[in-house]
Amino acid sequence: MIKTTNISKQYGDKIVVDNVTIEIPKGKITSLIGSNGAGKSTLLGTIARIINANHGEIIINEKNITDYKNRILAQELSILKQMNHLDLKLTVKELVSFGRFPYSQGRLTEVDHLKIKEAIAFLNLTELENNYLEELSGGQQQRAFLAMVVAQDTDYILLDEPLNNLDMRHSVQIMKTLKDLSVTKNKTIVMVIHDINFASYYSDYIAAMKQGKLIHFNTTKNIINPKILKEIYDIDFEIIESNNKLICNYYN
Amino acid sequence: MRILTLLIALVFLSILSLFIGVKEISIVDIFSWTDKEWLIMTISRLPRTLALILTGIGISICGLIMQQMTQNKFVSPTTAGTLEAAKLGILATLIFIPQSASIYKLIFAFAITFLASIIFLKIADSIKHKSIIFIPVVGLLFGGVINSITTFFAFQFNIVQDVGTWLIGDFSGILQGNYEVIYICLPIVVLTYFYANKFTVIGMGENFSKNLGLNYRSILHLGLLCVSLSISAIAVTIGTIPFLGLIIPNIISLLYGDNLRQTLPYTAISGAIFLLICDIVGRLIIFPFEVPIGMTVGLIGGIVFLILLLRKK
Amino acid sequence: MKIHIKKIILLVLVAIALCALFLSYDLPSNWGYSFERRSYKVLAIIIVSCSVGYASIVFQTLTHNRILTPSIMGFEAVYLLFQTIIVFLYGDKTFTVINDKENFFLSIIFMLGFAFILFKFIFKKEKNNLYLLLLIGLVLGTLFHTITSFLQLIIDPNDFLILQGSIYASFNKINYHLLWYALTVIIICFAVGFRQFKYLDVISLGKEHAINLGINYFKKVRFYLFIIGALVAVSTALVGPIIFLGILVTNLTYEIFKSYKHAILIPACCLICIISIVGAQFLVEHVFSFNIVISIIINFIGGLYFMYLLLKTKKV
Repeated sequence: MIKTTNISKQYGDKIVVDNVTIEIPKGKITSLIGSNGAGKSTLLGTIARIINANHGEIIINEKNITDYKNRILAQELSILKQMNHLDLKLTVKELVSFGRFPYSQGRLTEVDHLKIKEAIAFLNLTELENNYLEELSGGQQQRAFLAMVVAQDTDYILLDEPLNNLDMRHSVQIMKTLKDLSVTKNKTIVMVIHDINFASYYSDYIAAMKQGKLIHFNTTKNIINPKILKEIYDIDFEIIESNNKLICNYYN
Repeated sequence: MRILTLLIALVFLSILSLFIGVKEISIVDIFSWTDKEWLIMTISRLPRTLALILTGIGISICGLIMQQMTQNKFVSPTTAGTLEAAKLGILATLIFIPQSASIYKLIFAFAITFLASIIFLKIADSIKHKSIIFIPVVGLLFGGVINSITTFFAFQFNIVQDVGTWLIGDFSGILQGNYEVIYICLPIVVLTYFYANKFTVIGMGENFSKNLGLNYRSILHLGLLCVSLSISAIAVTIGTIPFLGLIIPNIISLLYGDNLRQTLPYTAISGAIFLLICDIVGRLIIFPFEVPIGMTVGLIGGIVFLILLLRKK
Repeated sequence: MKIHIKKIILLVLVAIALCALFLSYDLPSNWGYSFERRSYKVLAIIIVSCSVGYASIVFQTLTHNRILTPSIMGFEAVYLLFQTIIVFLYGDKTFTVINDKENFFLSIIFMLGFAFILFKFIFKKEKNNLYLLLLIGLVLGTLFHTITSFLQLIIDPNDFLILQGSIYASFNKINYHLLWYALTVIIICFAVGFRQFKYLDVISLGKEHAINLGINYFKKVRFYLFIIGALVAVSTALVGPIIFLGILVTNLTYEIFKSYKHAILIPACCLICIISIVGAQFLVEHVFSFNIVISIIINFIGGLYFMYLLLKTKKV
């Protein structure tokens, strides 16, 4: 499991993450929600050691992340930041192969090749595997990066706005893939997400942040109610139940 | 109110500057000055002080315009290849019309500077990665490119040492009759004052300015014209003074904010004051010799710029 | 992968052919002495090429930017200032006061000292903002240049000729005893760096991906910055500054090898660099007949190419 204790991060005088303590359950999808600047991405970044927190500690599998060897931690936990543009001439397969770096340090073994193939197939990219990234559409590129994370085969996967820049069809595709990962491979997925309905439809738990503080953390059913959502976003919500899922209408 | 303080400081420093020199002239005896003393005053001292003030104003305003037009606080004649372009222009004059008057130097320097500024803006515009730090890095490299062209030709004509030393701004050679080109800075400052806001809008980009009904190209070119003319005039008469156009606008913006109409006079006057102080220091430090002002300003300016850079964040 | 190997082999052949041409072209009948001199020259070119090629590729990977060269960090300004100060102090007695070997090592020490202070300072304060590092290097460089120009202004023109000899890169007046020291440094840099080229492949994906894939990013960046420092210092002290060479050869390399693997890119870039310099030197000696110094040609062409790169693409 992922456990953070009193995590704080400040830039200059501005406190971005304020004393966050949270225990994220294993094998589930947890969505981090909140308005712009609430500190979601920063929190995610500190868990993934991309950003150094000013205070607090982060425990993964009962062990502080600072006690991990970089290479070993990269076999436990992976992060994908918002759509990143690469200027490199890389094929999909080459990119996905990088996911195996923590295991093989660049010299791919049989197992690695198998995992790479699997990951590419998992994201439906087999036909494109020899195409250069720059030839792909935004959605395909995003899937290629996700395939790299899948190939990395870590128990914990952190995603920062994985649906950014994707149209509805691709968004649904990605979310289904993630659900699949969590159910079939027992992966723990934590993601920052802006679309409340995607969060509600696909995640098991929701953590809400506001002004750097964690203000709610509960199962999805308990978070998606008008009172709590209003507290998080300061606008009114109407909750519609359909197919045993909760849909939010906040458009009026 | 504060502008008054600055003006008083300017006047005081100008008077001080007038009375420093190898020949001792005292202001107290003004009514008993000999013809010779008057001559020194009008031929050498007064032109020098005036040139200092005009250069200080000119360069800081140019820096300000460039910063507005690129929307980047670290762009200035030093960090955009402008100084190097002026140098290349002077080299071209020396090669093509060796014994020419300074007006030819001005024309050549102006033409090349103008061209270089257009290219630089085009580059700055095409850089996707609009990091505030990256654009001056490219600008300094761009200056290096122009320098390599200059060196290429200077080496052919065996004038590397001369070319190398043009970079140093120096006021000791200023005499009545050889510095008047600098007055070109005056109308430019006035023009800048009226166009200040338009330059800012231009900096937001072509579409943005068209949306506000501005003629993007003509204002862009006007801005570049102002900068290139002043910098070339200064380069031809005095030489180049690094960092001045960078630090003065930055300090003023730190102190008084970014409302151009309001801060423009401060920037102009502070530029002149800073230059006067550096000149006085340079003249006193190894009296009766002097340290070229390009050196004093380059040193102080470079250090101030580093401080500005490091406190950013 | 195979195609890359083929291309490398081709480059090796071209480089060997050019070197052979350079060594044998128009040899006088009493060829022993000329041949020896030329061999040293070729060795010098190989050393400089390897250091420039290696340093430039690594530097561009660390900065994720293909239009930069390590020369801009201010090393060369330190070198120029040091040379100018020596000539300023000792004038025409320069050579009796300080010999080539002392000059070589002192230059390297000063450049490395500068790099060390720069890196220490930045990493302490900024946690690795490479562009800031560059800009500060550049500004310090401009500062040193100001002092250098001032000193050059007051140097006696005859002494300036001595200076001109050391501040424009040239393969004609290298002290050949220094080559072996330089070669040692380069070999060490390759030996310690080679096993780590794979990390560079990962770093080229970007800082966040690199950390995600378990790279100790900051440590590796620092390690390679020091390697770059050593390489640039050695090649500058040996032949003087060649600023734009790095940009020229790296971009040619990327054009020819569409690869991200540093184990291929770096050797390829060194080879391309050897081919360019030997070619340029051949032109200098036999076409322009010594009228111009090689670094000036390279900077001129490299500079123009740099402008072309800047204006050509919208992705920098």
